[in-house]
Amino acid sequence: MSTYLSKRLIYMFLILFAASLLIFCLYAMTPGDFISGNIKLTPERKAELRDIYGLNKPLLERYGLWMSNAFRGDFGFSLAQQKPVLQLFNEYIWNSFLLAVVSTFLTWVIAVIVGVISAYKQYSWFDTLVMVAIFAAMSIPSFFIGLFLIKVLAVDLKWLPPGGMLTTGSNATGIAYLKEVIHHMTLPVVVMTLLGVGSLTRYFRSNMIDVIKQDYIRTARAKGLTERKVLFTHALRNALLPAITLVGFELPALFGGSLIIEKIFNWPGIGQLYMQSFGLRDYPLLMGFTMFIAILTVLGTLISDILYHVADPRVRLQ
Amino acid sequence: MITTPTKLVNPKRTKDSPVKSSLFKQSIRKLSKNKLAVSGFVVVIFMFVACFIGPLFSPYTDNKINMAMMNKAPHLKHWLGTDALGRDVLTRVLLAGRISLTVGLASMMLSVFIGSLLGALAGYYRGIVDQIIMRIADLLLTIPSLPLLFIFGALLSEWKIPTDYRMYIVMLMLSFVGWPGLARMVRGQMLSLREREFMQAAVVLGLRDRRKLFNHLLPNIVPLLIVIATLNIGGAILSESVLSFFGLGVMPPTPTWGNMIDAANNMIDFQERPWLWIPPGFSIFATVIAINIFGDGLRDVLDPKQKR
Amino acid sequence: MDNSIEIDHLSTYFYTEEGAVKAVDDVSFRVPLGQTVCIVGESGCGKSVTAMSIMGLVEEPGGKVISGKIDFGGEDLLKLDKHSLRSIRGNEIAMIFQEPMSSLNPVMKIGEQIMEPLIIHLKMNKKKARARAIELIEQVGISRPEQIADSYPHELSGGMLQRIMIAIAISCNPKLLIADEPTTALDVTIQAQILDMLREIKTDSNMSILLITHDLGVVAEMADYVIVMYSGKIVEEGEVVELFERPKHPYTKGLLKSKPIINQRLEELYSIPGQVPNPLDLQESCYFHDRCEHCMSICQTKQPQLQEVGNQQKVACWLYEEAVTHV
Repeated sequence: MSTYLSKRLIYMFLILFAASLLIFCLYAMTPGDFISGNIKLTPERKAELRDIYGLNKPLLERYGLWMSNAFRGDFGFSLAQQKPVLQLFNEYIWNSFLLAVVSTFLTWVIAVIVGVISAYKQYSWFDTLVMVAIFAAMSIPSFFIGLFLIKVLAVDLKWLPPGGMLTTGSNATGIAYLKEVIHHMTLPVVVMTLLGVGSLTRYFRSNMIDVIKQDYIRTARAKGLTERKVLFTHALRNALLPAITLVGFELPALFGGSLIIEKIFNWPGIGQLYMQSFGLRDYPLLMGFTMFIAILTVLGTLISDILYHVADPRVRLQ
Repeated sequence: MITTPTKLVNPKRTKDSPVKSSLFKQSIRKLSKNKLAVSGFVVVIFMFVACFIGPLFSPYTDNKINMAMMNKAPHLKHWLGTDALGRDVLTRVLLAGRISLTVGLASMMLSVFIGSLLGALAGYYRGIVDQIIMRIADLLLTIPSLPLLFIFGALLSEWKIPTDYRMYIVMLMLSFVGWPGLARMVRGQMLSLREREFMQAAVVLGLRDRRKLFNHLLPNIVPLLIVIATLNIGGAILSESVLSFFGLGVMPPTPTWGNMIDAANNMIDFQERPWLWIPPGFSIFATVIAINIFGDGLRDVLDPKQKR
Repeated sequence: MDNSIEIDHLSTYFYTEEGAVKAVDDVSFRVPLGQTVCIVGESGCGKSVTAMSIMGLVEEPGGKVISGKIDFGGEDLLKLDKHSLRSIRGNEIAMIFQEPMSSLNPVMKIGEQIMEPLIIHLKMNKKKARARAIELIEQVGISRPEQIADSYPHELSGGMLQRIMIAIAISCNPKLLIADEPTTALDVTIQAQILDMLREIKTDSNMSILLITHDLGVVAEMADYVIVMYSGKIVEEGEVVELFERPKHPYTKGLLKSKPIINQRLEELYSIPGQVPNPLDLQESCYFHDRCEHCMSICQTKQPQLQEVGNQQKVACWLYEEAVTHV
């Protein structure tokens, strides 16, 4: 197990290293930066600032600087916000996390329940309905459904607020604050859940259908077990097991924020921070964010692998 | 000592077994029984026909600006109303469809071509070839696709690519981001097929590489490829629409479904002129869901291991 | 003598897109107490479906028991509600299947899977059930039972898994054990061990066995009484020695002739000419007629009924029909 792990970790580092190089070069290629884009500065002042921030140094040197700083925990300094990148992350990321964790939870719960029932009642009208719903959920453009629901539920019917995390100008605290956040978070969570629930339900349904056809289910029935026991103890356990691998893959989404959702709903999360910085060419922040997601992706894959090996008795690593 | 081997008596043929129709014909027949898949197919064909041929019947294709008809709600002369420049929305939606569908189709074909080629090579030859190709694929999969696409989009704007060419670059961008996933799938399929008994038989028979690849492996991969390709078009269309919506894909005045929605994403249009952004959005939805339903039916027919 | 189970006019059809398949067509037989009855026939003749029909496990959608009566301990199994049927399954009637490798839940420990019927049917608590499970594992000839009880199916060989299946099956002392091709997927040496074990268990507990197989060697070893099926119907049945020494039906004769005999080398191996008929295409006739060397015109138009031909043997063939009229 330890040799596998160490090999894996080395590979992870290599990939992340290559990714950082790629990310750096990509951002470096985009012409213009925060300073040159700022119209308020005179050319001389611009040159001065560029010198101060070391933007005139050669590419490799800047890369080296960025990486060495990163290893010391300094992920750069946002020029636009005048704060360390990490600190900015910390301010915004938890808002994204809130949306993500609630919608991921709902997505999984709905997917498991609907998928399992649909598989058990395969060929029924319920199953057909679920299949069509799955296709619909997987085919909807995220920004469109967001806008559409805002129009119908927020603007026309005024049931829910159209955006933001708090009502503008609010300084509520405690329970009132909580209520406001929940009120505002409903629509984005609904949309996020809708978008994710399609493929996951289909996955569970497909797994369950496979499992129900297996010989050991026939054996379980031949033993005289109740249908409930057959379903829950025998079928479900086997159907859900492979899903463990999916847990790790949720990691980037949990912390990475959704660029689209946060823009549509004006949610102050890390995704929105990215989009703002994108317009301003605030590279330290952009690179930091992209690298952050890359790290989460790689970590997530590792977690998935480990979880799978731990959970499935057939695949235990020697 | 027995020298002659025993031989089996030929069973008396009582009824001639029916001649099996080709796989293609069988697949078509099976597919046509799936009502859902057929309706998906019909919708897709309808969209294509409407978008490519429809505008030919429209009197509004010259994109003339008609300030007198500005911002009118749907009525008899303009079935979906007009936009801020007096242009007919229905015609623009159909024209936008041309772009969106073309970009979706083309980028899918490109990523399937690159992805399956690289994936097949990686899976077949393994060793160094496999390592190199898969490491590159891994690298691309590690970097989040949306920021990557945005960077490319921004680059395009900075380099002032003329809007006509943007469409083609967007196709390239989407396929650049799309091929790694495909390559992985094809490689996986290739790896498992390689080990199957029929391939061992081919090796034992001493067939050359090319024959093994083209006559034995490829025909077994093609069904999977067709399915992947079909289901990918939907993803490509969605990606293009997201890009255009963020102003980083195809730019106006060339209409795509995505940038039409973006154009209407301001306070007044959003609230008071839904005919500007709901039709393009719904078109994306209808097209993608139809493709997905059809692709799923296709998978049922072509992939024998699949169940409903 | 007393019967453990009596099957009367059982018919099970499968409804497919292309039509109805009469998998089991008006089948009747008995399994006497403490005896082994073998159902033998080629693949697709309906023997497995018969077993599944008894257990109430016919595959839906599509499969349905159309008619018949299955008398088990005074009750008609086909008329029982689901709940009662479940309490009989695994308890008074047990079943083991062909592929032991896939017949056990891969993510559950062996011991747990043996304990399940004990807990549900015999109402044992976990401790007692575990102790009994370990006893059973030993009883089926596996050493280090505690270790085995804590292992997973993929860690055991096919032969061992089939023994575990037998352990599960006999755990509640069933009156009838249905074994559907239990040794087909196993090596010959293991096959012998498993069959020996089944025989031992049968004598020890006076259990009846309904053994389904296509292997005549197994039949010769195990059967007290043999039933030969073809295309969903019983074509011959009889006491085992009688059937082997004096087979009546041409199909039975053909089967016996086809089996290669050790120590004999023939120029040509015998095989019954023709193929099993398409189940969707069956006409009113003797289903075997187009492969039969004694085929008469009546065989092509009317179906023979199962008749007694003395010595506890029954056969369904126009050759033995008293009242056949030569056309």
